[in-house]
Amino acid sequence: MQALYAQLLVGLINGSFYALLSLGLAVIFGMLNIINFAHGAVYMMGAFVAYFLLNLGGINYWWALLLAPIIVGIFGMILERTMLQWLTGLDHLYGLLLTFGIALIVQGVFQNYFGSSGLPYAIPDQLKGGMNLGFMFLPIYRGWVVVFSLVVCIATWFLIEKTRLGAYLRAATENPTLVRAFGVNVPRMITLTYGLGVGLAALAGVLSAPINQVRPLMGADLIIVVFAVVVIGGMGSIMGSIITGFALGVIEGLTKYFYPEASNTVVFVLMVLVLLVKPTGLTGRAA
Amino acid sequence: MKTRSIASLLLTTALTFAAAGVASAQDKTVKIGALSDQSGLYADLGGPGSTLAAQMAVEDSGLAAKGWKIDIISGDHQNKPDIGTAIARQWFDVDKVDIIVDVPNSGVALAVNNVIKEKNGVYINSGAATSDLTNAQCSPNTVHWTYDTYMLAHTTGQALVKAGGDTWFFLTADYAFGAALERDTTAVVTANGGKVVGGVKHPLNTPDFSSFLLQAQSSKAKIIGLANAGGDTTNSIKQAAEFGIGKGGQKLAALLLFLTDIKAIGLETAQGLSFTETFYWDMNDQTRAFSKRFADKMKNNAPPTMVQAGVYAGVRHYLKALEALGGNPHDGVKIVEKMKSMPTEDDLFGKGEIQPNGRTIHNAYLFEVKKPSESKGPWDFYKLVGTVPGDQAFTPLSESKCALLKK
Repeated sequence: MQALYAQLLVGLINGSFYALLSLGLAVIFGMLNIINFAHGAVYMMGAFVAYFLLNLGGINYWWALLLAPIIVGIFGMILERTMLQWLTGLDHLYGLLLTFGIALIVQGVFQNYFGSSGLPYAIPDQLKGGMNLGFMFLPIYRGWVVVFSLVVCIATWFLIEKTRLGAYLRAATENPTLVRAFGVNVPRMITLTYGLGVGLAALAGVLSAPINQVRPLMGADLIIVVFAVVVIGGMGSIMGSIITGFALGVIEGLTKYFYPEASNTVVFVLMVLVLLVKPTGLTGRAA
Repeated sequence: MKTRSIASLLLTTALTFAAAGVASAQDKTVKIGALSDQSGLYADLGGPGSTLAAQMAVEDSGLAAKGWKIDIISGDHQNKPDIGTAIARQWFDVDKVDIIVDVPNSGVALAVNNVIKEKNGVYINSGAATSDLTNAQCSPNTVHWTYDTYMLAHTTGQALVKAGGDTWFFLTADYAFGAALERDTTAVVTANGGKVVGGVKHPLNTPDFSSFLLQAQSSKAKIIGLANAGGDTTNSIKQAAEFGIGKGGQKLAALLLFLTDIKAIGLETAQGLSFTETFYWDMNDQTRAFSKRFADKMKNNAPPTMVQAGVYAGVRHYLKALEALGGNPHDGVKIVEKMKSMPTEDDLFGKGEIQPNGRTIHNAYLFEVKKPSESKGPWDFYKLVGTVPGDQAFTPLSESKCALLKK
């Protein structure tokens, strides 16, 4: 039984990453109607930016948490301005293909210069060590990841669902022409939204840098699972993606305990089941 | 009219045969295929570096000056056996490749082994670990260089059991390699009076090991044996440190570690790990000179791993055999027989031999990872702890299950 508690907690930690990443995807899909396949690549870039900040600029983890999302977010906004904006109104497939291509190029470039095994990034001193919870030894850093990502997820949800800015955003996706008539700069808002979504992925990248290797393919390995999370939660649903992110982390964690061989596939099995029963996802509305 | 045409036909046929005869006796063209994981979790320990090693072996052989034409092509098997065999088939059928080298990932390596035997090519495997390549699945076309699971079990594994680590829990990569390494290490553990108390099989390329590590932790085994490689091993080691596994009295046994893995983990976390390799760049003047030349040509200036060194040594030996044959007979079995009949000697592995089952025998070295304070350069990672002579490190012929030995 004790082992089970531990697995639940570990699942929650992985769920934090799923939640942060699927949240960004949901925001981008909900507001821009783009299936952002470059999400894994920007997650990876977030981790690499943190690595560069530390090793080239001597800038520590805490600043990286702030700076890396901004830097990668700006990169995302440039992408949106120069490429993605031309796809407005076209089929989803175009956005998917374009972002997939971007992801491959970005990963290829990083791999060319840094190889595939990755670079080490140490846990910040303040978060080193762990505490004994009785049923398990919890590394402080992992606990921090859960708490921090929960806060970020809820803040993002609040921003989009409960503030005036969020209301503009949602209105702009429903009817951009009308919102523009009210004097709101819709294209700029969309660019900023893409930047926000990308920034969230970069933030997840910084968070994962001390746990995983900073590797060019760290995002590619994760992104497919995250897409499954978004599909299960319902495309474009903010709260849905947060909750499914954490829930699937837990389910995956339990699979690792009961039948580890299936831990790579359990999320996809669930996806198939959900799609069969409710094609719009658990919390999705019909498109 | 009729007699004339028959005569000319005969003449042409005769000439064609004569030409073919001349070609086989003096054919000095060779095509080498470097098949590896070029972009995934094993790309740094083999990959482009292995292709470079093969190129350097060709250059250093000096055969080009003697009229030989040697080409190298490379391919990415993406750690998938079906892709690996498809590339191998295409190489033999369309590109007329003579020899395939490297091939990390035991699953792919065993699949490709069958293709090469069927096509009568030459196979110098340096990247894969499974000892099956020279045991149950041995082939007259195959030479296995550098290392294998038997060697890893009988060096690192044995040393740990003898030092008191008598209960084991395995974290095993869930494919041919992990299974072979767990099997060979289990044999050593039980033979030395130890016990395996449990284990978990994880999928290849797992980013998060915390769940498995918790299971290992609660097993209370003295040794947690990592029967995995590359990115899986680095992630296990890093995350084990995070979960305080070393401090709890349990010891990690990294059965297979490469130079590039240590780089990825960082000395801070990796220090003190003991493991076995058959090549390290900083062993002597020859290895240092070679590694310097190699690193200068690598994009990230990395010195060669033991896998890449094995590709170099293997290709050198193959070309020596071809030179001794006076030309390329394009007959895999014949060439490998020649390779086995000649002792191996090169700057990287020293003197050795290829046994009848295809296993190359050379020294193995027990290393320990240096403390950050002891490291003097970006790749200065290892301390030599001991040397295991080749005949003690690798499968003795009396134990080998290779069918070639039964003749």
